[in-house]
Amino acid sequence: MTEGIVTAVNGNMVSVETDGNVTMNEVAYIETGTRSLKSEIIRIRGNSVQVQVYEITKGIKVGNKVRFTNELLSVELGPGLLGQIYDGLQNPLPEIAEKVGYFLEPGLYLKALSRETRWHFTPLAKVGDTLQRGMAIGWVPELHFRHIIMVPFDLYGEWKLADILPEGDYTIDENVAHVVDAKGNTKPIKMWFSWPVKRAVDCYSERLKPSEPLVTKTRIIDTFFPVAKGGTYCIPGPFGAGKTVLQQVTSRNAEVDIVLIAACGERAGEVVETLKEFPEIIDPKTGRSLMERTVIICNTSSMPVAAREASVYTAVTIAEYYRQMGLDVLLLADSTSRWAQAMREMSGRLEEIPGEEAFPAYLESVIAAFYERAGIVQLYNGQKGSVTIGGTVSPAGGNFEEPVTQATLKVVGAFHGLSRERSDARKYPAIHPLDSWSKYEGIMPQRAVQYAHSFLERGAEVGAMMKVVGEEGTSLEDYVVYLKSEFLDAVYLQQNSFDPVDAAVPPDRQKHMFSLVLKILASQVKYKDKEDAREFFYDLRQTMLDLNGTPEDSEMYDSLYAKVEQALADRNPEFENRGLKAISALE
Amino acid sequence: MNKIYSRIESIVGNVIAVKAQDVAYGELAQVKTRYGMSLAETIRLDKEMVFLQVFAGGRGISTGDEVRFLGHPMQVSFSDNLLGRIFDGAGEPRDGGPMLSDNLITIAGPSVNPYKRIVPREMIRTGIPMIDVFNTLVKSQKLPIFSVSGEPYNQLLARIAMQAEVDLIVLGGMGLKYDDYLFFRDSLEQGGALSKTIMFVHTAADPIVECLMVPDISLAVAERFALKGKNVLVLLTDMTNFADALKEIAITQEQVPSNRGYPGDLYSQLAARYEKAVDFSDAGSITILAVTTMPGDDVTHPVPDNTGYITEGQFYLHGGHIEPFGSLSRLKQMVNGKTREDHRSIMDAMIKLYAAYRDTLEKKSMGFQMSVWDRKLLKYGELFEQRMMDLSVNIPLEKALDQCWETLAECFEPRETGLRSDLIQKFWVGRK
Ligand SMILES: Nc1ncnc2c1ncn2[C@@H]1O[C@H](COP(=O)(O)OP(=O)(O)OP(=O)(O)O)[C@@H](O)[C@H]1O
Ligand SMILES: [Mg+2]
Repeated sequence: MTEGIVTAVNGNMVSVETDGNVTMNEVAYIETGTRSLKSEIIRIRGNSVQVQVYEITKGIKVGNKVRFTNELLSVELGPGLLGQIYDGLQNPLPEIAEKVGYFLEPGLYLKALSRETRWHFTPLAKVGDTLQRGMAIGWVPELHFRHIIMVPFDLYGEWKLADILPEGDYTIDENVAHVVDAKGNTKPIKMWFSWPVKRAVDCYSERLKPSEPLVTKTRIIDTFFPVAKGGTYCIPGPFGAGKTVLQQVTSRNAEVDIVLIAACGERAGEVVETLKEFPEIIDPKTGRSLMERTVIICNTSSMPVAAREASVYTAVTIAEYYRQMGLDVLLLADSTSRWAQAMREMSGRLEEIPGEEAFPAYLESVIAAFYERAGIVQLYNGQKGSVTIGGTVSPAGGNFEEPVTQATLKVVGAFHGLSRERSDARKYPAIHPLDSWSKYEGIMPQRAVQYAHSFLERGAEVGAMMKVVGEEGTSLEDYVVYLKSEFLDAVYLQQNSFDPVDAAVPPDRQKHMFSLVLKILASQVKYKDKEDAREFFYDLRQTMLDLNGTPEDSEMYDSLYAKVEQALADRNPEFENRGLKAISALE
Repeated sequence: MNKIYSRIESIVGNVIAVKAQDVAYGELAQVKTRYGMSLAETIRLDKEMVFLQVFAGGRGISTGDEVRFLGHPMQVSFSDNLLGRIFDGAGEPRDGGPMLSDNLITIAGPSVNPYKRIVPREMIRTGIPMIDVFNTLVKSQKLPIFSVSGEPYNQLLARIAMQAEVDLIVLGGMGLKYDDYLFFRDSLEQGGALSKTIMFVHTAADPIVECLMVPDISLAVAERFALKGKNVLVLLTDMTNFADALKEIAITQEQVPSNRGYPGDLYSQLAARYEKAVDFSDAGSITILAVTTMPGDDVTHPVPDNTGYITEGQFYLHGGHIEPFGSLSRLKQMVNGKTREDHRSIMDAMIKLYAAYRDTLEKKSMGFQMSVWDRKLLKYGELFEQRMMDLSVNIPLEKALDQCWETLAECFEPRETGLRSDLIQKFWVGRK
């Protein structure tokens, strides 16, 4: 084992002198006498090595001994991850609390997976089977999932199954099987293995194009700016615009198998809300608590900065692991800016040449590589699995023309830009309907979406004009366009996250509602004057809002729906041709 | 231990370098100059060279001055003897009282395990309708007052402190004008709160490095009292001075600035302090109210901007009152559901109508015609400002809610308010 000696300390960067062999991104422990502090090699120059320390560096002295582990920063993968809450380095926070109480303790590292729990193992592979890394040898029930026990991802080459334990209860440390290669090398297989967080898991036969919509049950996303399974999206927005609330709502309602929440450099209190709520909320799809499909990686703003970077990689690695079982996994990272800032801090200490706003020159490529780990893949057994990544961005001053937002926009497939103007007006979710975009296909036909969107564009133009010339100076026709765009905004784009019904709208209901909204948009009615038009839309809006709060399998829903249709029919409307085509596209 | 070094190799700004051995990162030292003794903190180690940030500043330090390492990081004495006392940023008495040195605790300790936190659940009453009704302050919240110089933010801070039902107040002053320091001392004394107050005050005349210590010392003391079951309110004013001290020091250290001269870790530095706000499940709590003055009244300036990304909302003090827009308590929904059944609804309705009033004002200023509805709004807006926004109003929450209903009844028909019928049945004035 290589050893070294501390020669310098600057913030969380420590320089180490060593004459042994070391590896980039290898983990090293600094021995302060009372503690061993975990760190990672980030630069090697001759005998001088720089490490970033995942702890407060107070107390480290020049001359302290350093132990290199010859292992890259890795996570433990195996049954027992679901429902857990880890820090950025995969330490289980509940167990740390049990051990040392209220405060985190530098240098205290615990195993991520329990070595005592016994899992009911059922073999899937037979002796003599040819196996590759990532292939199934058996499974255990983990909560309501069939957790596949796989050949470790780092067992490259072809192997034959030499022996395997019969169905039974085992701990993850027991050798459940042995494999042997052509040369006769034998390897034991346990129910867990480790994998370096910064390497993408690549055990699949093919990467596919993300084409299936990932339903979030948020109307403005699913209808207008959809996300695809295996795709990527970002949510930039100024402080208080609703990034975290939007992600919390998504983590609750998204139609996926597993959700990874990476709380990266944000408030601890927000994680606590999730922690306390999720065990109480029942997922209608499985009938189990939401916590059972969730893993939280939590490295909040006052926890050591270097581990922030690790936390997003820890999260994505666990996401990829479950993807390998043929599951759809959603990773929500809040906020990627904090991770970029951690990179900036370290780059400054390394005295690298700074780029824009002092971010390092490699910012873009690091962000790109991270989002590249999303994807939908075809596994060796023909099944599909996906990792979708959604990250928030916290731009300085709320200005999207800054390096992190720009670098992110280059690589993601959808952009949900939150606007201060909309959040100030309490128009939630504050996704700006004119600035945002998505390259994915959603649950609605393009034609219908574009038709509705055209009202938002024209409505905004009229609205801007009206600020100058007043209502008096606006034509009735323009005014109606404006009212229609406001109507669409109020009853469809906006959604009340705190209303039990409105908070989550399944695709069928979205379609049902959207066709009604399209009909109103397409309608051409002779209004007496602006007042008449305003009252008409005002009444429609009121009924539609009531409708939004009514469960769809109720009589009330049907009667409110009919009430809107009737109110429209009472006006003997004609329908715009383009609108009719949009409606028929929907059917 | 306690080796003495008498050769200072370099002095740059407030940072000196000495050749020394066996010094820990973060360790404290005493520097003896002809002007007296100052503490200094180890901020960088490079081979045999130790870089120290001198609390009293680099001015007047001679290369032959003595440096003695103390073998421990920055500490502060913690006991009930602190109550009623006033100290400076280095923890030395400012009130002529005795120096305290019993039960020393380390400052800037590790953060609370998120798993051990609980969801905030208790309102803090202030008697200020713009807070109690519209942006309820919650125990364990961290909340800044965004303001500009000239606004009565320190008065507001002092008033909340005196009115809030807390066990203990810790005031951390950074770059405080001497007058403001006296103002705090006198008002707390008059309000009878001085005996439950501890002050750590750095004034504008004191060395800049001491400014940096104030939040950590204040919060370390607060944390200990909270662990002993006390509900502590920490007041920090002005955090912009703290950030400016960080900036000044980073620049003399030749660090690459990220945004308008501020160091790249400004967010982490501020978060490390604000995140000390906590409600311990079976002990006390820390609530943080801070002042952040906005240079140029610009909320996108790095200090308010980074602060907004960290805190749980903000009170926006402008023109002598707390603005209904721009102010936000992100935790209000955790408590205002259980105050009184009409609280949430009336809060929303009042704000929406006030927003409509502002639109009408704009229309009016542009010379557009005023409709009947516009005139109703104009009357409403005036009453709202008088009864809710005026900072001299001091009434309990329930009274304020009643006044909301009275104001609505004076200006509108029930259906114009957008309030639910069951609430109107119960609360509309003159209707029961
Ligand atoms: N969908 C919503 N419905 C109702 N209120 C909302 C919604 N989204 C946000 N809010 C309000 O806005 C506040 C701030 O939202 P949130 O914490 O999500 O902002 P953020 O963009 O994550 O800010 P920061 O960058 O500071 O973390 C919430 O506490 C809540 O009061
Ligand atoms: Mg947030």
